[in-house]
Amino acid sequence: MSAAQAQSAKRITRNRTGWFWVFVGPFVLGLGLFTYVPLGWSVWLSFFDAHNTVTPDRFVGLDNYIALLRDEAFRSSLWTFCVFTLFIVPTTYAASLALALMVNRLRRAQAFFRSVFFLPAACSYVVAALIWKMSLFNGVRFGLANTLLGYAGADSVAWLSTTDPPWYWLVIVTVRLWLQAGFYMILFLAGLQRISPTLYEAAAVDGARPGWQVFRHITFPQLRATSVAVVLLLVINAFQAFDEFYNLLSDARGYPPYARPPLVYLYYTALGQGQNLGLGSAGAVLLALIIAVVTVGQARWFGLGRKEAD
Amino acid sequence: MTISRRGLLATGAAVGLLTACGSDTGRGGAGESGSGPALSQWYHQYGEQGTEQAVKKYAAAYKKARVAVQWRPGNYDQQTAAALLTTSGPDVFEVNGPSLDQIQGKQVADLTELFEGVKDDFNPAVLAPKTYDGRIWGIPQVIDMQMLFYRKSLLEDAGVRPPRTLDELVDTAAKLTDKEVKGLFLGNDAGAGVLGGTPLYAAGLSLVTDDGKVGFDDPAAARALGKLHQLYADKSLLLGAPADWSDPSAFLQGLTAMQWSGLWALPAVQKALGDDFGVLPFPKDGADGAPSVPVGAYSAAVSTRSAHQEAGKDFLKWLWIERTDYQEDFALGYGFHIPARISLAKRADKLKDGAAADAVRFTTEHGYAQPLLWTPAAQTAYQDALNRIIKDGANPESELKKVVRRVSAELARVTSK
Repeated sequence: MSAAQAQSAKRITRNRTGWFWVFVGPFVLGLGLFTYVPLGWSVWLSFFDAHNTVTPDRFVGLDNYIALLRDEAFRSSLWTFCVFTLFIVPTTYAASLALALMVNRLRRAQAFFRSVFFLPAACSYVVAALIWKMSLFNGVRFGLANTLLGYAGADSVAWLSTTDPPWYWLVIVTVRLWLQAGFYMILFLAGLQRISPTLYEAAAVDGARPGWQVFRHITFPQLRATSVAVVLLLVINAFQAFDEFYNLLSDARGYPPYARPPLVYLYYTALGQGQNLGLGSAGAVLLALIIAVVTVGQARWFGLGRKEAD
Repeated sequence: MTISRRGLLATGAAVGLLTACGSDTGRGGAGESGSGPALSQWYHQYGEQGTEQAVKKYAAAYKKARVAVQWRPGNYDQQTAAALLTTSGPDVFEVNGPSLDQIQGKQVADLTELFEGVKDDFNPAVLAPKTYDGRIWGIPQVIDMQMLFYRKSLLEDAGVRPPRTLDELVDTAAKLTDKEVKGLFLGNDAGAGVLGGTPLYAAGLSLVTDDGKVGFDDPAAARALGKLHQLYADKSLLLGAPADWSDPSAFLQGLTAMQWSGLWALPAVQKALGDDFGVLPFPKDGADGAPSVPVGAYSAAVSTRSAHQEAGKDFLKWLWIERTDYQEDFALGYGFHIPARISLAKRADKLKDGAAADAVRFTTEHGYAQPLLWTPAAQTAYQDALNRIIKDGANPESELKKVVRRVSAELARVTSK
């Protein structure tokens, strides 16, 4: 290699590094400034007594963490979150898979039904929650649900205020189900359309009965990759539960002690008049740890990213 | 005035749209006038027509500073709390407090000097929670209070008299309840939020004693709160109404025979029902009890992050201490509030007869304000317990025991500073 060639090769490399930073730089800067700095700051705050300040000077060590783990309300918020996940993940999974299977079999108007079921996904959580709260499931006799009960001769139910039985779960779960089932249906549809027809033909030749047997042995196993993605997304979404809970159950005076997921609880602790930013940050760190553990565990369990051949 | 649900929703949506279009530049714009330093003044969004124009008019009339009013819809407490952490917040602002943490965190300025010579003219019940360490940290603007509204005709039909004790309230509510109409509306959460400490004061107790101890470590507390569960268990309470307790709609639409609401609802109730209603304080419970009504006041405060603290104090002194004409206009010209100045409250014609006069009497005789030492953490613990007592029928004694422990720790934290 001549000296000139070596020089130009060097320049290319240098240019490449330059371009690398031109393209990646702004993103890294934004990520650092808006994600990692606040994250680090939050971790730092969690070791301080930070009432009404983000630049505290009273170091308290692990006191915030201890206080939080001893706090019955916080522990019960974690429990709420688990219950919610147990409800919402299987129901959404089953509902969206069922919708996809039905829509996929349609000969006519498939595009129409696909759109109809997908449309709710475009609705805002806040708007949907308000409609659920104020017109469908309000507690007075002219709410939709109570009107239906009235036809059946039953008494009105105060859906969001009754704790025994906990009817509020019905409201919370249905609103999210309505909002997101359509979106996951689209994912399943994409998965279904990728299954090779030859598999079904081969199954038919081998004498598999259409229906349950084909679903059990062909469709469902072939949807594995999609299923894994859907379950992961559902769990992450469940972790972020805030919008519909807050809009369905909060009022000007606060939030009831039931159906209070961690984010709602921390919102009241750290923001609002509470302004206990140290305790709030400790809660955020604990939540982040829990999410990390669950996500890694889930990925291991499902073998996310593993090659099909493995 | 009957507000249909559809109408309410439509107005709500329209208001939402309008406010969403509002500019949020902070400085400049409407209401700015005069010369001198630029001050930004924040108010929460009042529901009553004309209030926004009024406060802008006051600001425009001040000549020694250029005051820009910001009218802030949404979660005002959260917004101010966050803004006070930065220098881009308001110079002067109204606050549902200031809270103890805000005072101890030195976020609000000491306004004691402004009260020279007029301190005794402010209603002591609402001035007390603005006072800490003998210094005053906010100027009470107007007094709001809550009380029980009842429909006279419905009570007569049922053959019951207006309840004078908590036991009577429980019985009356049950008698007034049928398939269509509920006896009592205490908010969609069955009362835990809005009642707060009121039943405790009605039982002769308090949230925090004068010497800074828990005020409800007493069997009478459990007894009074247990009766609230009775209301819930009897199914006498209206729950899940489209508009919550602060709005008189449920009462006016005939969904309930009695409703706990605020003084601000009085004009609407009067307009819709004429004479067919009366007002009551929260009835007393037990031999040591006395009726109680909660009173509170938004106050005007100066942010210590402001670059123009002195100018801000001068402005507040001018508006909330000197200009009694504006204070009266603000209290009674739009919504319906009691002026924080005793001399003004005595003078106001609108407060001289009928239910309004009752409300003023309740305020002076039975009013209690939430103590400054009652922190948000204490409030959460208490409200959670109250919620469980009312709705789940949890044992009041054991629930209160937990609250007492939590509140004692909280009181120890704030008094040790």
